[in-house]
Amino acid sequence: MRANEAKRAHAIPARVDLLLVADMVEPKSRVLDVGCGDGALLRLLAEEKQVDARGIELSQRGVNDCVAKGLSVIQGDADTDLAGYPDDAFDYVILSQTLQATRQPRKVLEQMLRIGWHAIVSFPNFGHWRIRFQVAIGGRMPLTRNLSCAWYDTPNIHFCTIQDFIALAREIDARIERGVALDYSGAPLRYSEPWIWNLFGEQGVFRLTRKR
Amino acid sequence: MIGGSVQFVPASKTAGLREVDAPNSLVVQFGADRPLKMDAGVSLSPLTIAYQTYGELNASKSNAILVCHALTGDQHVANTHPITGKAGWWHTMVGPNRPIDTNRYFVIASNVVGGCMGTTGPASLNPATGRPYGLDLPLVTIKDMVRAQAMLIDHLGIDMLFCVAGGSMGGMQVLQWVASFPERVFAAMPIATAARHSSQNIAFHEVGRQAVMADPDWRQGRYLEEGVIPTKGLAVARMAAHITYLSDEALQSKFGRKLQDRAAPTFSFDADFQIENYLRYQGTSFVDRFDANSYLYVTRACDYFDLAADYGGSLAYAFKSSKSRFCVVSFNSDWLYPTQASRAIVHALNAGGASVSFVDIETDRGHDAFLLDTPEFIATSHGFLNSAARARGIALAKSGAM
Repeated sequence: MRANEAKRAHAIPARVDLLLVADMVEPKSRVLDVGCGDGALLRLLAEEKQVDARGIELSQRGVNDCVAKGLSVIQGDADTDLAGYPDDAFDYVILSQTLQATRQPRKVLEQMLRIGWHAIVSFPNFGHWRIRFQVAIGGRMPLTRNLSCAWYDTPNIHFCTIQDFIALAREIDARIERGVALDYSGAPLRYSEPWIWNLFGEQGVFRLTRKR
Repeated sequence: MIGGSVQFVPASKTAGLREVDAPNSLVVQFGADRPLKMDAGVSLSPLTIAYQTYGELNASKSNAILVCHALTGDQHVANTHPITGKAGWWHTMVGPNRPIDTNRYFVIASNVVGGCMGTTGPASLNPATGRPYGLDLPLVTIKDMVRAQAMLIDHLGIDMLFCVAGGSMGGMQVLQWVASFPERVFAAMPIATAARHSSQNIAFHEVGRQAVMADPDWRQGRYLEEGVIPTKGLAVARMAAHITYLSDEALQSKFGRKLQDRAAPTFSFDADFQIENYLRYQGTSFVDRFDANSYLYVTRACDYFDLAADYGGSLAYAFKSSKSRFCVVSFNSDWLYPTQASRAIVHALNAGGASVSFVDIETDRGHDAFLLDTPEFIATSHGFLNSAARARGIALAKSGAM
């Protein structure tokens, strides 16, 4: 997995996704951000919500940036390094803009829900009308502002639509606590019908928990 | 010199041992009232510890960093070495404006028990016999080394160390510090190390020890009294060990198959290749500064190290009561203490909920990378120590101090 590259390819202007994700986290909780990049979200959470912030990041540069900020970050990736954590180690495990770049998204999601009470996942929606249009009419793999890598060059190997994600959550017996779809500008869509999200949402942000 | 052998250095030329009894260092001696209780089940007394300090201890005694040295290192971390005349072994990390900033922190480094640079070791005089200890010195463990360091830290009046840092065998001491004295370590930097010696690690050490003991001048460890030194055996031990400190890539790019001062092979066992010449130099220069029996003791200490074994086989349990913040560092071309060994430490720390950062530095320099000017490593260390110092409330260095 190349989380940092995946992240670069999906950076939303003004990082609205970070604020949205932060909004789903309770103050003073234990948080693990998987693919934490330069630690922007962790720092936001540590400063605004006094959370115990931990991270995993693949790039040496990202880890160095985080360590210099006083964050506890280990070099590693979602596919291999979640297994080392004990059950219920965190209140929230966050995976932002990285799920589609993991080798085994289902296993990653299951691990997240094993080591955390809640999992927060944000991802690009492959069901967006612009993408469907490019494939259906243009007959080519889509290239958009947020998905700007050619098919042979992309770190994103497991794209899904918002409805695919909802189905996966059901399959692994997770409960969706909160969900938001973001439009082109990064603002939440006003309608909450799944088919509207799936067609007009560029990003999905979901908070899951284990059914218990 | 006949082709295939390591150059012999006469005992009289081996200046290294003068540091055993009269080190160019600070020294503290613990008498019969304060023996070192060793894992071997005996007490060592008197105990001498030779150490160096750099920088100044602040009023609240909160800025002390203990640096632990590796197998053949010593207390001369950041000053000119009294025997070799070379810069201190960690001058890249320790000094003014370095990550371990001597303008900001009070840095302590001591020679380990079993060493030969002034702390009690096999070359020291055994007061019970009036002869050097030789193999009469009880076997030393990493835990014994740490106990002795704790006695020194007590002597210096310091309750809690701001940081304990070290690479290789020094990293083992760091891990042992956290396990043995969790409340006395604010931050810990175990670098290029492992929580236990692997079979391969033990194997290489055994080769070295056998080389020493196979030297006729070893004399069952009594060579000092007989006026000889097993220089050949010790040099071979060093040559073998030195290979493990370097990566295949580094050797290839530095030496390749280049010949030493000749146009063609000589069809002899002379040092035709540059790598041979280099290793022979490493071997012969080592015996000038290191005691052969000390080499046996410190390699054995590493072999016996298995931190989890003291905690029912669970490394996580060793770190259970730790509140320290950790920065674990490995180097991707280090095959002596590979990245996987550091990851095992990180997983155990995570399992215990410890605050841990981990970085695997990309370099082709192998295990030795922690001693070299490796920019990413220096940058990570800087960042970690600065943020930890902020959390500990240690004032910034006064500009122009020192």
